[in-house]
Amino acid sequence: MARRILGTLALILILTGLYWGLVEAPPDARQGETQRIMYLHIPSILVAYLAFFIVFVGSCLYLWKGERRDDNLAHSAAEIGVLFTALTIVEGSIWGKPTWGVWWTWDARLTLTAILLLIFSAYLLLRSLIEDPRRGAVSGAILGIIGFLDIPLIHMSVYWWRTLHQPPSILRPDKAPWDNIDPAMLWPLGINFLAFLVLFFYLLSLRIHLGEVEDRVRRSRLYEAS
Amino acid sequence: MNGALGQIYWLLWKDLLLEARRRDNLLSMFFFGLSLLFLFSFAFEISSENVSRMAPGLLWLAFMFSGTLALNQLFQGDRENDCLDALLLAPLDRGAYYLAKVFFNFSLMFLLELFILPLFGILFRLDFWHLLPNVLLYTLLGTLGFSVVGVLFAAVTLRARARALLLPVLLFPLMIPVILATVRTLQIILGAGTAAELVPWFRLLVGFDLIFITAGFLLLEWVLDG
Repeated sequence: MARRILGTLALILILTGLYWGLVEAPPDARQGETQRIMYLHIPSILVAYLAFFIVFVGSCLYLWKGERRDDNLAHSAAEIGVLFTALTIVEGSIWGKPTWGVWWTWDARLTLTAILLLIFSAYLLLRSLIEDPRRGAVSGAILGIIGFLDIPLIHMSVYWWRTLHQPPSILRPDKAPWDNIDPAMLWPLGINFLAFLVLFFYLLSLRIHLGEVEDRVRRSRLYEAS
Repeated sequence: MNGALGQIYWLLWKDLLLEARRRDNLLSMFFFGLSLLFLFSFAFEISSENVSRMAPGLLWLAFMFSGTLALNQLFQGDRENDCLDALLLAPLDRGAYYLAKVFFNFSLMFLLELFILPLFGILFRLDFWHLLPNVLLYTLLGTLGFSVVGVLFAAVTLRARARALLLPVLLFPLMIPVILATVRTLQIILGAGTAAELVPWFRLLVGFDLIFITAGFLLLEWVLDG
């Protein structure tokens, strides 16, 4: 029941956010209509970051306590994180083509996002290639932790390598977020972020439920086999 | 020798002795690396003008590919005749086992690099003999970084299906700081920059090595006992 409410709420918020972002908000002074993709682009990547942070937390908890629940959390978050990272890259490409003139460029932030996608796709691959659930959980947890520790180092190295993507224009250290963007644009962005956040938790709860059902099926099969 | 140091010593001695008698790892790695050098000369037009720009990337590709081959074989000897189980039953520190494997893999790769580097210089007329101490220092740091993460994931993929394919898929995205740092430093050493530009990359490599040798030391226990 609670899950259904969350799902409905996500749907309402997304529709509101889309209407506000695509219709109500003014077009950008320089980029025009293409800039509207920001209303999806930024929320997707923020949600993906959150997902990968949850993978890390779930992985640590699993190694510490050994509870199936924590692994299920990490595995579920990884799946959704991969989905939102892929979405971010697709949205970025669609925006990049008219704005920069190319679908893809080897810029630091683009590359970092693609590497995140690679690492966590590898995580999902690893999980699918190990039969034993306990061993799969331990292996996943190790990749979840090492991958997360590696992110700052990858970040540094690709930044020193090259940079083209504009620096963050809203979340900046020198000014408060509301000084960097017109409220007419900040509101739809905020709504969309909230919408993606609720959607994320809805998907996460669905995926966790699926993991629990799979466990139950596995246990009952083992029971029947014995 | 007793204690953890003694354990590392004897485990490493066992692997090195086996390798010295059979030489199967080192020989295959060497011929694999050598055939890569030939493939490179067919795939790229390497001339004396561009060799110092191409060399770092090509060398590191050869090192990483050969190193991955060696990692796939790393636990093979211990798995035959259930030696690994016997080792785990013995009162053996898991961290010591990890460090012994890291040093073994590192020695294999570093030996290979000692053969490949001069061969590369001769085959592609790269005049870098006077720079060799600096080149070797960064090769050493990079190789250590490769080994500390590689050994951990060689253990993680030990019981996965298609593990020989899975290992590089997991490893290469995580290796990006190492490959960027080693390639960039080698380019700088070969004349594409000043010595001051080496400093941040040096710190990055040392940081990478320290972070992941600690993480591997702590995490291998779960992989082996899981």
